[in-house]
Amino acid sequence: MTLPLWVLPVIPLVGFAINGLLGTRLRKSFVTAVGCGAAGLVTLAAYSRLIPFTSGDHSTVIEPVVSWIAVGNLSIDLSFRLDPLSALMLSFVTLVGLLIHIYAIGYMHHESTDAGYARFFAYLNLFLFAMLTLVLAESFPLMFVGWEGVGLCSYLLVGYYFDREYAAAAGRKAFVVNRIGDYGFLLGMFGVFATFGSLNYSEVFKKAAEQPAAFSPALAAICLCLFMGAVGKSAQVPLYVWLPDAMAGPTPVSALIHAATMVTAGVYMVTRCNVLFRLAPEVMLFVAVIGCFTALFAGTIAVAQNDLKKILAYSTISQLGYMFLACGVGAFTVGMFHVMTHACFKACLFLGAGSVMHAMSDDLDIRHMGGLKAKMPITYWTFLAATLAISGIPPFAGFFSKDAILASSFEAPGLGKLLWFVGLFTAGLTAFYMFRIVSLTFFGQFRGTKEQAHHVHEAPASMTMPLVVLGLLSLVAGWLGLPAVFGEHANVIEPFLAPIISPIAGHDAAHEALPHATEWLLMAVSVAVAASGLYLAYQWYAKQGGRAPARLAASFPGAYALVADKFRIDELYDVLFVRPYAWLARTLWKVVDVLIIDGILNASAFLVELVGDFLRFLQTGNVRNYALTFFLGLIALLLFVVGAI
Amino acid sequence: MERLLSDHLLSVLVFLPSAGALLLLFFPRSAVSAARAFAIAVSVLELALSLPLWTRFDLLQQGFQFREKIAWIPQLGISYNVGLDGISLLLVLLTTVLTPVSLLFSYSHVEKEVRVFSLTFLVLETGMLGSLVALDLALFYVFWEVMLVPMYFIIGIWGGPRRIYASMKFFLFTMAGSLLMFLAILFMAIRHQAATGVWSFALEDLYRLAFTGRVETLLFLAFALAFAIKVPVFPLHTWLPDAHTEAPTAGSIILAGVLLKLGVYGYLRFALPLFPDAATRFAPWLGVLGVIGVIYGAAVAYAQHDMKRLVAYSSVSHLGLVVIGIGAFTTMSLSGSILQMINHGLSTGALFLLVGVLYERRHTREIDAYGGIAGIVPVTTTLFLIATLSSIGLPGLNGFVGEFLILLGTWTSPHRWWAAAGATGVIFSAVYMLTLVQRVFWNPFVHEENKKLTDIRPSEFIAAAVLVVLMVWIGVRPNDVLDRIHPSVELLQKAVAAKLASADTRGARP
Repeated sequence: MTLPLWVLPVIPLVGFAINGLLGTRLRKSFVTAVGCGAAGLVTLAAYSRLIPFTSGDHSTVIEPVVSWIAVGNLSIDLSFRLDPLSALMLSFVTLVGLLIHIYAIGYMHHESTDAGYARFFAYLNLFLFAMLTLVLAESFPLMFVGWEGVGLCSYLLVGYYFDREYAAAAGRKAFVVNRIGDYGFLLGMFGVFATFGSLNYSEVFKKAAEQPAAFSPALAAICLCLFMGAVGKSAQVPLYVWLPDAMAGPTPVSALIHAATMVTAGVYMVTRCNVLFRLAPEVMLFVAVIGCFTALFAGTIAVAQNDLKKILAYSTISQLGYMFLACGVGAFTVGMFHVMTHACFKACLFLGAGSVMHAMSDDLDIRHMGGLKAKMPITYWTFLAATLAISGIPPFAGFFSKDAILASSFEAPGLGKLLWFVGLFTAGLTAFYMFRIVSLTFFGQFRGTKEQAHHVHEAPASMTMPLVVLGLLSLVAGWLGLPAVFGEHANVIEPFLAPIISPIAGHDAAHEALPHATEWLLMAVSVAVAASGLYLAYQWYAKQGGRAPARLAASFPGAYALVADKFRIDELYDVLFVRPYAWLARTLWKVVDVLIIDGILNASAFLVELVGDFLRFLQTGNVRNYALTFFLGLIALLLFVVGAI
Repeated sequence: MERLLSDHLLSVLVFLPSAGALLLLFFPRSAVSAARAFAIAVSVLELALSLPLWTRFDLLQQGFQFREKIAWIPQLGISYNVGLDGISLLLVLLTTVLTPVSLLFSYSHVEKEVRVFSLTFLVLETGMLGSLVALDLALFYVFWEVMLVPMYFIIGIWGGPRRIYASMKFFLFTMAGSLLMFLAILFMAIRHQAATGVWSFALEDLYRLAFTGRVETLLFLAFALAFAIKVPVFPLHTWLPDAHTEAPTAGSIILAGVLLKLGVYGYLRFALPLFPDAATRFAPWLGVLGVIGVIYGAAVAYAQHDMKRLVAYSSVSHLGLVVIGIGAFTTMSLSGSILQMINHGLSTGALFLLVGVLYERRHTREIDAYGGIAGIVPVTTTLFLIATLSSIGLPGLNGFVGEFLILLGTWTSPHRWWAAAGATGVIFSAVYMLTLVQRVFWNPFVHEENKKLTDIRPSEFIAAAVLVVLMVWIGVRPNDVLDRIHPSVELLQKAVAAKLASADTRGARP
């Protein structure tokens, strides 16, 4: 018996309902059982569908459940879809989700009251519900349910420490910036409906692939709008500003939502719509350029930060940039491959950071750390594995996916070589700033306070177990996608994902593979660049204690301050958008509403009152006034009569 | 009794609250709790009796159901003529839901002249329901005015410090509009008599009249103005923030929940089908004013320091979206607009209620007097958050479905840019509502006096929970509601198209 797909999101929803409604009255152990139980159950359920799917013929399964919104010619069903793309997402969302739930048992134990603990697990379950809905949806609106749902969870969890102003503000910022992207997503959906008369994937993509000429004129605008949604959710330039702030949330949240799963939703969406994007080549180029620029831009900022989680956040933005670069040059499957490997090593890095943070009594400044290798061996080794993975050192996972992205860029016509070069340079930066973290955190002497030194300890088993699993995954996950030089069938993931790139009528799908020699050369170059980054960081920070970079920073103080201040983009937005809007709001209220509209009203009311006052004089009820009026009237009459004579 | 409920259900519903109000007159002044309990009982009974409207409503019938018609002033052709269709059904139910919710909330908070308060509220319910089911223009006008007076007293007697100014403003604005409408109604009845020799105020008879040119325009504008003030459409909205802010919580709930909707309802029921030609010509104005309302209302809401005033301005923004949907006039956008009226009644009703919960404890509506109280009043916070999410259109809750249908429907109309401009509301609503949530419930706890805040009471909780349940229900199963709305919407569109076509063939269009 196969489990229907709709059950998958419902399982964590039930967990949310139980912990959310009753959580404050439950013990922590019960909350844990419900929260992690739901995550475990949904992982089992997901794999009960995934295993037969991957061993079968990979044909798309669509399971409609019930009509959701039906008016006029609009009909949206609650309908779920399992195909290679959703299968890939499902495989790591549930697994990484489960590991992070387990990690959170240990991490959140001391962090919160009973009520806070229940709230945390309730939100985490709600997140799984929303993410699974996003991934399994068969229509744009249902995907949007998940899309905004994960945004809501992000908002709630970033603002988890609601009594800290920066956390509350960060949650709001995340939601609002995401809403800017969602505005684009909405318009994109409207465009899709107006063009294709449907919002279901199967219908839309089939129509687009069969009659590309009829639809492609409308698609540039539609894809641009949809991409705006992706830019918001996946934190690309110019809407990336919310993600670094989102680190105000508890670390398991940063790992799950702001690294492994939610932020990749934009990449997933663009890949899902690849038929539409491929028919809008100018937008594809735009996607590639935005992705490539974001990768470089965020990577540069990461070099000059000292907050461990912030560096990882910028690194996430940078890696997401790589994924969009892949999509933009048409290598959607490669982009998804990087989504998958990134989920493993970035979750591992964040959880490692959480473990360090735990040991350091919530201090995240890497300048205060050092020498933690000895006291936290498991954290160290897993963090190191993930660092090697993200830096692109073979045979770790990131090497294969990142190298495939660079190779695809290199092959791409037009700007391809430039994109490749920027990507390569960023890879070097990545290796540098990641090994800077490792050097400053785990090598050398401890630089924190005495209390901190005394307190440093390895994390409990519930935290180290997920670290070990993710550390191993950071090593092996990439082996699913070995490059072609290792043999014709070395790459498993590429043929698995191939069906999601459905052929478009009249478009030539075949592209020439790179000659093996070129491929070897490209690999050698990228490994050399990554290794140089690593070596430089190790020399500068682990061996020489950071004197060289300090001198370098001192000789370019202006430039260094600019990078350290994250190019002051937040400040720029504040001046350009936030303050003017507040000013506009006040002005509209005080000038248009109060001064003009109410002014006119009150003035006319005052006029009526004046007339009334004047008329009232005629009818005061005072006999003497009447007598006076009578007397004056009499005289006037007399004069008139006299005049007439 | 059974026949009364089966054949005269609408009349029972319209007059039961007034009968209750009449009985309240016989309560001694000192019987405060009895008066409270009695009023709640009447409104709950009313709610229970209104449920068959939902179950017995025939989905396949596009026209009016539950009809009743009795001659009232036969010399003038005025009859007691009532009926219900998909456009009014949900507003009627919203009224019967929000009235007990408001009274339940007031249970522990209104102390002054409880008997008169309860009585006034029940009369108000008769006025609202009567306006929603009346199919005779004279009858409609009577109920329309019946509705105005109790609200004037509710604001003027039980309101906040500036209640006199606010109630006068409310009264004068509304009166100004409805007087013109009254003249227009008289004019139409006279025209009908002149054309057919028979007096009639029945909507169905007046639908058949065809007005042309300037006459139609003036008549349309007379109706449209009355309704636009009620909605309210920018720039006729400035009575609303004052009225909402000064009204007692129960008054705000009803004002936002039902009274504003009567403006849109009146436009759909009367102005549009009676004068389709003028309505079509003025539709672009509607769209533009709607867009201005969405953006302007949201911006001004963001500038507020007073919680109630903020929610009041958010209504200007939300109703702007509803107006856009009406202006676009597609099946989707119209259905969305009608649904959105219900949604707005639920979410804004809940927001006013929860602001009321805080106000009754701290006696201030200043946002800065709060901050960080989520830990002190967790249940209130959770409910407020849900109402906020409903208000800003989070998918899964009711608000999204309405917004989505309005915007998508408008996008498929010739006025695509209204949708593009109106959709910015999704950003701006998040800006002002989440800022409110942050400043009131989150952030560091600063004011010691908030330590004494108590969380929501059972009576308040029940009132709020009813609304939350409905938000979730409509969000998850919107078809239950939409199936009842869109047949009537399609009929309305057909009627308007037919009348336009006949005007075309007569060459009456300018």
